Amino acid sequence: MGWAIALHGGAGDIPLSLPPERRAPREAALRHCLQLGVAALKAKQPPLDVVELVVRELENSPCFNAGKGSVLTTQGTVEMEACIMDGNTKNCGAVSGLSTVVNAISLARLVMEKTPHIYLAFEGAEAFAREQGVETVDASHFITPENIERLKQAKEANRVQIDYTQPIQKDLQNETHIASGDSQIGTVGCVAVDDQGNLASATSTGGLVNKMVGRIGDTPVIGAGIYANRFCAVSATGKGESIIRATVARDVAALMEYKGLSLKEAAAYVIEECVPKGDAGLVAVSATGEVTMQFNTTGMFRACATEDGFSEIGIWPSV
Amino acid sequence: MGGWAIAVHGGAGVDPNLPQERQEEAKQLLTRCLNLGTSALRSSLPAIDVVELVVRELETDPLFNSGRGSALTAKGTVEMEASIMDGPRRRCGAVSGLTTVKNPVSLARLVMEKSPHSYLAFSGAEEFAMQQGVEVVDNEYFITEENMGMLKLAKEANTIVFDYRIPALGLETCSAGAGAVENALQMNGLPISIYAPETVGCVVVDGQGRCAAATSTGGLMNKMSGRIGDSPLIGAGTYACDICAVSCTGEGEAIIRATLARDVAAVMEYKGLELQDAVDYVIKERLDEGKAGMIAVSRNGEVAYGFNTTGMFRGCATEDGFMEVGIWE
Repeated sequence: MGWAIALHGGAGDIPLSLPPERRAPREAALRHCLQLGVAALKAKQPPLDVVELVVRELENSPCFNAGKGSVLTTQGTVEMEACIMDGNTKNCGAVSGLSTVVNAISLARLVMEKTPHIYLAFEGAEAFAREQGVETVDASHFITPENIERLKQAKEANRVQIDYTQPIQKDLQNETHIASGDSQIGTVGCVAVDDQGNLASATSTGGLVNKMVGRIGDTPVIGAGIYANRFCAVSATGKGESIIRATVARDVAALMEYKGLSLKEAAAYVIEECVPKGDAGLVAVSATGEVTMQFNTTGMFRACATEDGFSEIGIWPSV
Repeated sequence: MGGWAIAVHGGAGVDPNLPQERQEEAKQLLTRCLNLGTSALRSSLPAIDVVELVVRELETDPLFNSGRGSALTAKGTVEMEASIMDGPRRRCGAVSGLTTVKNPVSLARLVMEKSPHSYLAFSGAEEFAMQQGVEVVDNEYFITEENMGMLKLAKEANTIVFDYRIPALGLETCSAGAGAVENALQMNGLPISIYAPETVGCVVVDGQGRCAAATSTGGLMNKMSGRIGDSPLIGAGTYACDICAVSCTGEGEAIIRATLARDVAAVMEYKGLELQDAVDYVIKERLDEGKAGMIAVSRNGEVAYGFNTTGMFRGCATEDGFMEVGIWE
């Protein structure tokens, strides 16, 4: 037993030809967030605080599809959603439809701690944000030129995508080999366990490129994009509609609890058997300090570390 | 074993002092819905169509907390949500924050079938409704006098009860409120006479063994505008797969936390339990201090209920001619 942490910046069709100038900042961001999370765990911060602070950092990075850098709706706007869950109590907080809140994950935590509810969305969530005095900015803050370009391409192809086709390179080869035309990256998340076995999970996203206004994905749906109980903490990423249908995060924990599978076995089963190929990835930690990062997509931006000194940062499958 | 089966519910958590006429009205509505459903099943309508038409009936009737007759937000408006799931292939659709759509469950179905997504909410959902040409009305249509009265009581009760939810503490521990409410039974921090969850739902397995589930609600009385509960969340309030279909009702937050509907199927799949055992297990083990209930069917034509509340409005019918409606244990 010991602490463990894993985080992701999205699973999807990350082309192997990703140019260095797009790869390096993402790897640097993953490294930076991992270091922050590890330092917090070493300083004995509770996992719930750790996952929040790591996801805040991922949201603030424009490299990933959350907070700043969120992909755009069909109207060119940003609608962010996030969720946080505490393994011991299974308390959770979720938000959707945010357009001005700088850190959606922190608002999700406030929903959990300061309201009798679990989930607030759209105007009601924005109103709550103002009541709570969280940091809000003009909606334009979150929009990046890359995402404007992605939206343009998606509209041209009349496609809803999970983002990360190369907006500048127009690398069509990678876009067309998936039948639905989706390029499947998006969402950030973090899971952590301390050396007492306390677990927590957090996930945040801008959703799908060119999504309909009002579309909610798997991220704020407890049991789909996120889950934590006494067995494990899970954060999923990929094609939201598939993750919802397969209740990905809940199923990892259910397989451990009801079938006695190990963390790795449970995650592998869900990723390989329960969601279509190319649709999902997840990071997870168990109460005993194990960690797993699995995906059935081309790649997943990810990083993890455990107390015994192991650490890994990666994009494509490790050989 | 085998054959079609249908179950409906109008909410778990019933005021033990509910007047007899109300109990009768509820039973009549449940019976009417069962008759609609069984008639459809006898005409070989698929499960997904049957759950939609039964829940439409429940939404249209002002009795329970869905569609017309929905609970009111703190602002005195109605915000409705619903979800539907088709067991084969686990297709699903959900909506939240509807204010003008007459039948939320039908919009949820359209999300499933006519959009690239699974879940649409608030103005985006209303926009989709316009595009799809579904029937829309003014928000006032959904508001009943009775619920306006309930909202007022809920607000008064909240000035006595603390603002934040305090698990397991009742009014009886708060000296300011001790004399104010006779019935100490509570759900979601409100006395049961005010809270009245009354979410509606239907689960069906048709003659071909296909399962489907649908759930619809106005949500929690006096809820914050924008609050989403368990009903539109796949895996929480609604779930259907190859082996079963489940619809839940009760304390939304407890149902979400427990991923209640998914857990019934998970326990059947992964622990090998039969339907009723799975329902009992989940009600007993997964709710902690939460209060909820559910209806479920299996692909083998079985029906099960489970609830840890005082009563659940429910009914069921099976192909062999069995039919019942009930409220209490």
